[in-house]
Amino acid sequence: MRPFTFTQAPDIATAVQEVSSDGAKFIAGGTNLLDLMKIDVMRPSHLVDITQIALDTIEETEQGGLRLGALAKNADTAYHPLVEARYPLLSHAILAGATAQLRNMATDGGNLLQRTRCYYFYDTHTPCNKREPGSGCSAINGYNRDLAILGTSEHCIATHPSDMAVALAALEATVHVTGKNGDRAIPFADFHRLPGDTPHLDTNLQPDEIITAIELPAKGFAQHYTYLKLRDRASYAFALVSVAAALDLDGDSIKEARIALGGVAHKPWRVPEAEALLQGQPATRENFRKVAEAYLQGAKGYKDNTFKIELANRAIVRALEQATKMEAIA
Amino acid sequence: MSPENAPGTAAAQRPTLPETRTVTLRVNGTSHQLQIAPWTSVLDALREHLQLTGTKKGCDHGQCGACTILLDGKRINSCLTLAVMQENKEITTIEGLAKNGELHPVQQAFIDHDAFQCGYCTPGQICSVIGLVNEGKAKTLDDIKDLMSGNVCRCGAYANIVQVAQEALERNTGL
Repeated sequence: MRPFTFTQAPDIATAVQEVSSDGAKFIAGGTNLLDLMKIDVMRPSHLVDITQIALDTIEETEQGGLRLGALAKNADTAYHPLVEARYPLLSHAILAGATAQLRNMATDGGNLLQRTRCYYFYDTHTPCNKREPGSGCSAINGYNRDLAILGTSEHCIATHPSDMAVALAALEATVHVTGKNGDRAIPFADFHRLPGDTPHLDTNLQPDEIITAIELPAKGFAQHYTYLKLRDRASYAFALVSVAAALDLDGDSIKEARIALGGVAHKPWRVPEAEALLQGQPATRENFRKVAEAYLQGAKGYKDNTFKIELANRAIVRALEQATKMEAIA
Repeated sequence: MSPENAPGTAAAQRPTLPETRTVTLRVNGTSHQLQIAPWTSVLDALREHLQLTGTKKGCDHGQCGACTILLDGKRINSCLTLAVMQENKEITTIEGLAKNGELHPVQQAFIDHDAFQCGYCTPGQICSVIGLVNEGKAKTLDDIKDLMSGNVCRCGAYANIVQVAQEALERNTGL
């Protein structure tokens, strides 16, 4: 690992001040950052430890929602009684990711900021527009089985690796940040970016901004939900395709549906117009198929990942059936 | 000044490394003051500075679990943790489990169940089983398998490791 200098920030103002210097980065759980530093993909010259700042509480909001402090650990969040009771979709999604060790270390804010697991991003011997802007994309014509089928650009087909973020997209969370220009509340759909011609930017967080909290709205879809994660082994693997599905049902009729896809794009993938097709409709496989078709509109396969289009299509249908019946469907 | 460090030579132009820091780590009930660079992982601090080599370096990327230790009773990968960030925490390693000359029940169970072959992953597996008990979230066999998936055993002793975990949960043999 390249040498770096290190300070501990006692409060948010100091943290924001210190991260504004050239080459500075925050460190909290460090599970992704230190890994990327060891292989020379990320090269901060200064690390600002933010773990001394009291941002790890999980508390109810006046609006009936829940506020997850940015430094709350993934494990503590997934097992928090209020998360389990009111937002079981989020709990299941977090527990579908990583390992017990990593979830004990990783923070909620850091989870959103983790980098893609595209092999070429990790391999410093190959071009990668995300790692070295302008150097080219090795994945588009390379081995791309794990990579994106939606929202890609000619510059990048990386996927966002988080499971937690897929649930937060479906639940329409808000990301609270603060920086030199004050506080901002970013709707979850606007937090992560598509690659376009700036694939080196994963999110709309500014370099001097820090995530302070993730806020969940009151509506948690605790009655009908599922997080379906399809991967090459049953535990500790990134999603080929994942679906966070949440339904608000009145008998067999759907009042509201939320669907977010993971493993298929540079950000959790939502298509609100497609979700709206289910509004007021009966919860039937036929209707779920229509929504799935609408979700995969414009999907584009590359050499090795074309299978994901059909896989995602079927996964959406199965996830919605599971959410309706609240039982696993083989 | 030695000749190789004279101004204008390559050595003098090399960037100077940031200063080391004094860090106090509490390991297995004892406080240790270390003078370490900020990029020193807890794993390297244990192995290289405290000569506690029971905790193993497998992949050094958080994928294999050989470096698993307990931090305030919970499992973490010590390879992905900076030592300078772990002051005022209680670190427990494989060396801290036996008490008064008696193996920790989970250590004994690994022997009784023949739950290892080469033994390289074993210190991490043992700490992980103890963490599994402490964390209290495993209720079923599937839970055990899922919550132990961060510890790889390339000899393939998984079936017996799972037996150890089942026994440890039944007997509640945490820290």
